[in-house]
Amino acid sequence: MEPLIHLTGPAAPIVRDNINTDLIAPMFTPRTAGQPRGMTMTRGDLARMLFAGWRYDKQDREISDFILNREPFRQARFLIGGVNFGCGSSRDTAPKMLSAFGIRCVIAPSYGAIFYDNCFKSGMLPMIMNEAAVKELAREAEGGGDFSLDLAAQKITAPGGTILNFDVPAFRREQLLVGADDIELTLRRNAEILEYQKRERAMRPWTFLR
Amino acid sequence: MPGQTLFEKIWSRHVVADYGDGFALMHIDRLIVPDLSSRALSALRERGLPLHNPELVFGCADHAISTDPGSNDPHSLNNPFVANLREQSKHFGMTMFEPREFGAGIMHVIAPELGITLPGLTLCCSDSHSCTNGALGALSWGIGAGELTHILATQTSVQKKPKTMHIRLDGKLPPGTQGKDIILHLIGQIGVAAGNGYAVEYAGEVIDDLPMEGRFTLCNMSVEFGARFGIIAPDDMAFDYLAGRPYAPKGELWEAATKDWSSLASDSDAVFDNEVVVDFSGLAPQITWGNTPEAVLPVDGRIPDPSSEHDSARRSAMEAALAYMDLKPGETIEGTPIDWVFIGSCTNSRISDLRAAAAVVKGRKVAKNVRAWAVPGSQSVKREAEAEGLDAIFKEAGFEWREAGCSMCLGANGDIVPSGRRSVSTSNRNFVGRQGPGSRTHLASPVVAAASACAGKIADPRKMV
Repeated sequence: MEPLIHLTGPAAPIVRDNINTDLIAPMFTPRTAGQPRGMTMTRGDLARMLFAGWRYDKQDREISDFILNREPFRQARFLIGGVNFGCGSSRDTAPKMLSAFGIRCVIAPSYGAIFYDNCFKSGMLPMIMNEAAVKELAREAEGGGDFSLDLAAQKITAPGGTILNFDVPAFRREQLLVGADDIELTLRRNAEILEYQKRERAMRPWTFLR
Repeated sequence: MPGQTLFEKIWSRHVVADYGDGFALMHIDRLIVPDLSSRALSALRERGLPLHNPELVFGCADHAISTDPGSNDPHSLNNPFVANLREQSKHFGMTMFEPREFGAGIMHVIAPELGITLPGLTLCCSDSHSCTNGALGALSWGIGAGELTHILATQTSVQKKPKTMHIRLDGKLPPGTQGKDIILHLIGQIGVAAGNGYAVEYAGEVIDDLPMEGRFTLCNMSVEFGARFGIIAPDDMAFDYLAGRPYAPKGELWEAATKDWSSLASDSDAVFDNEVVVDFSGLAPQITWGNTPEAVLPVDGRIPDPSSEHDSARRSAMEAALAYMDLKPGETIEGTPIDWVFIGSCTNSRISDLRAAAAVVKGRKVAKNVRAWAVPGSQSVKREAEAEGLDAIFKEAGFEWREAGCSMCLGANGDIVPSGRRSVSTSNRNFVGRQGPGSRTHLASPVVAAASACAGKIADPRKMV
């Protein structure tokens, strides 16, 4: 996974509550509704599908006034959202599509729990900010100037000069900073896992099916 | 030291290693891989890693398969997602339930039905409605496909322990109301973000009285108010449900297991981070009017007026929902003409759902302006329904009787509601475009859906007796 240490670029403010993963990562574009889907998606496919229901008209032409279709937000690196961002399904195409588009940090007051975890798995930072701060950052984002993230310092600088600190669990922060391969890290503890299974099997044998 | 909650008891049993700061490496006892996530298996194979415990992993063709009646169309049954799931299951030596065969169906219907879900276990699927399994006292939660690969490789998942919430449901349910009405009303009362960061335990008189399948419906939609976990303490009803299921323990092991499961309840002095009490004694059948499950009202209620909402963000969200749904404030929702009815999904596709809907449909006809589908949740539900003659009742009325699958809940298999069309659906999400781009979804119980199919418009089943 690609490490996330610094990030610089415009932030697209889409400050609505309850932006769900069906909106972020829809099953279809408007034109391809109901058609069979392929199993593999390239990074380009992923980037194109992001917010497809909002970005495209019925013929899949870009709707020019949607923010991600406008400069400089086509180069957005941040997205500013509302309460309960990423609620809904567990599809991890939601963070993957954001990331493929170039957005590697979402700023919102709260998140759907599964989306929140999936972000870290996809090398993305779901930053939690209170509603007042989100409002201020969204105001400063309107002009399209660059935001700048310093993950190690847990600090974000907005184009209007506002500098804010944020909290992120240390465990998750370290994963992002080094681009950790979590499977490899866990497999280093395989002896503990096997020991747990042995203990559990003795106590509650029905847990294991053979 | 205060007592423990049910959630904490099961959680602490599964901690392999404590990572501090609330994080733990958790053992995952059962894992289900749906067709849409078969790429997680491919990813494991590409890395050259073995499956840690193939006997604890099950492949399930549900989202991507066709539900076309009687269809054995090779394209629909061997679409790339299903074909890959089959290929990888064979490679890794894990069980896959083939479409149309024993065990096939929607993962959250088959896992309990086969006894894959047991009290006190941890169970993950790459699907947010995994919380359904909590109705049997299992800790079950949804993950992304990336985390799925981690569990396939290690049989563990790193999780942050959530806070706990106790929801007490008081009162006696009025006739004509079901599990679906309970959960929709609850979400309407507490809001779609109320459960964020929590594991929820449901208890109280309503739960004690609620049949097992109603409990699945209730727990299923926990995630629709943000709760990743929804759990009910396993009782005799749960044990009776599980006894004799194919993957449930048998004989002496069953005796030992039920003894252990009987200890799985919150202690009387357990402390929750949040407690909610809701009374359900006056509950009416519910139906949603907007694009989040909290936008709900009694089926005989009036569509709310945004002008009475003081918060400007909420007001504009309401206005946007009314515009998308093509509804007018102040009007009754009952009588709104509809085009589609979908009875199915992991929320409401079990035998009791189909029986309740068939009881309304019997002797009636689906209105001419409506296309109505009944989609059983599993092959076994389908067979049971057919043995009882429910399929004949549906077909005689003009319903299409389909094969088991997720179908029109999200349309991943191409089963979609056309743009601009209005659907009454027993599924779990009424999001913009959920049943297909431009589709308009009203969530309701199977009896409201059945009554509406026959009336050709949103209908109150209590008036159709």
